[in-house]
Amino acid sequence: MEVWDLHCHLSGVPGRTPDERMARLIEHADRMGIARLCVFMGMEWSYDPSPEDLRRQNDDVLQALSHWHHRAFGFAYVSPRHLEASLDELKRCVRDGPMVGVKLWVAQRCSDRSVDPIVERAAELKALVFQHTWLKVTGNLPGESTPMDLADLAARHPGAPIVCGHTGGDWEVGVRAGRAHRSVSVDLGGGDPTAGFTEMAVRELGADRVVFGSDAGGRSFASQLAKVLGAAIPEDAKRRILSENLKGLLGPILSAKGVRL
Amino acid sequence: MSAPIVDVNVNLSRWPLRRLRGDETAELAAMLRAAGVAEAWAGSFDGLLHKDIAGVNARLAAECRERGGGLLVPFGSVNPALPDWEEDLRRCAEEHRMAGIRLHPAYHGYKLEDPAFLKLLTLAAERRLVVELALAMEDERMMHPLLRVPAVDAAPLAAAVKETPGLRLVLLNALKGLRGEALARIVEAGEVYVEISMLEGAGCVGSLLKEVPASRVLFGSHAPLFYIESALLKLKESPLGEAELRAIREEHARRLSRRSP
Repeated sequence: MEVWDLHCHLSGVPGRTPDERMARLIEHADRMGIARLCVFMGMEWSYDPSPEDLRRQNDDVLQALSHWHHRAFGFAYVSPRHLEASLDELKRCVRDGPMVGVKLWVAQRCSDRSVDPIVERAAELKALVFQHTWLKVTGNLPGESTPMDLADLAARHPGAPIVCGHTGGDWEVGVRAGRAHRSVSVDLGGGDPTAGFTEMAVRELGADRVVFGSDAGGRSFASQLAKVLGAAIPEDAKRRILSENLKGLLGPILSAKGVRL
Repeated sequence: MSAPIVDVNVNLSRWPLRRLRGDETAELAAMLRAAGVAEAWAGSFDGLLHKDIAGVNARLAAECRERGGGLLVPFGSVNPALPDWEEDLRRCAEEHRMAGIRLHPAYHGYKLEDPAFLKLLTLAAERRLVVELALAMEDERMMHPLLRVPAVDAAPLAAAVKETPGLRLVLLNALKGLRGEALARIVEAGEVYVEISMLEGAGCVGSLLKEVPASRVLFGSHAPLFYIESALLKLKESPLGEAELRAIREEHARRLSRRSP
């Protein structure tokens, strides 16, 4: 079964350069039979990145991709707290560069209207929007979106495909929060391989709205793949989750960029 | 054909917050057998919150005997914060003929420097029982808001192990937070083992083997709360030799349990 991974980083794997880290990621991905990786964010992260930080992190990803265009895609890391710089990064990395999506992390909750111009521009470019979400009983970071924030964002942009990163972390709540918004898909990556996660997502959202992501290298490709391979769901649903759904979400921008699969 | 597996970390009965595939004993045994598990060391989810620990352990022993399909080995719970816990320990060893016991300090509300805990380790070692110490059961960010369990500070363990001759200690669900020097210090203090269920990161088993000797690493799945495929696939994600794989899958655990009463 072909596997595309929506959610990878250059962190969590050893290596002094983006190239070294990317090679290690690919090495592990190969062992697990993962054909394609989406990579976002650079060698060093910050919760509230400056414009220079955003650019540097996107440069890391562009460098990492440079030898692996046949295996990996990049998402541009942006922040609504630096709107002009973020729109510039979309222009540089997506419109004029090889990237195919947008990554929003924890600088600003996505219920805030300041995110809107980024999502609107991403939609114009057909770039897939990936928004980190987590609902932590231990307390969220000040700018960290919950899945309910993401539902609010989706309601404001019903035509823009949006991925709910980590399915909200607390996935039993995250699945419910995004359920009514047909443009929302959920990313399985980044939490423990807790049994029942994928079954509930498929039951409540349909297999077409569930996408495999690992959150490697911080997470193990293995533990995250287990969420799909170990789930009591039909084989056809596994095939969709492991690759077909992501191909569909990226299809418009890949087609626009002339990328053949 | 792959070597059979000894899974040192499974649980029977009901997880308090969710129904799970495999929370009926016969079903779990069938799932484990299908995954290649020949023997599984089983605690009980009931041991987390029930105060009638003697009843929990009697049911656990009976379930393993009657519905375990010859695969499940009971590890009874002992809560040293309860009155007359010594009798629970005696019953585990003498009446149920258990190979070991399982401890849940986070759920039972004691610290690893508490005198009762240290006494329990000594008595268990005298009876040649393997002691399984569960440092966590789930991601603390995901806990039910009304059932938040504090993290266990593992730092006092190294001293406790050194002070307990003959102790054979298996740390369960420990490797999410306990790594590097802190882990090495505990493992080097005596006969201490770890299992891989909560180990994370791309190529995580290979990384772990740089921190602790391979002879101290056991296979643990945390089933049925976790998809068992997670632990299985981790063994594939890192480039391990056949002898190393066989040892982690089976031999170390067999050697450990052979020395039990």
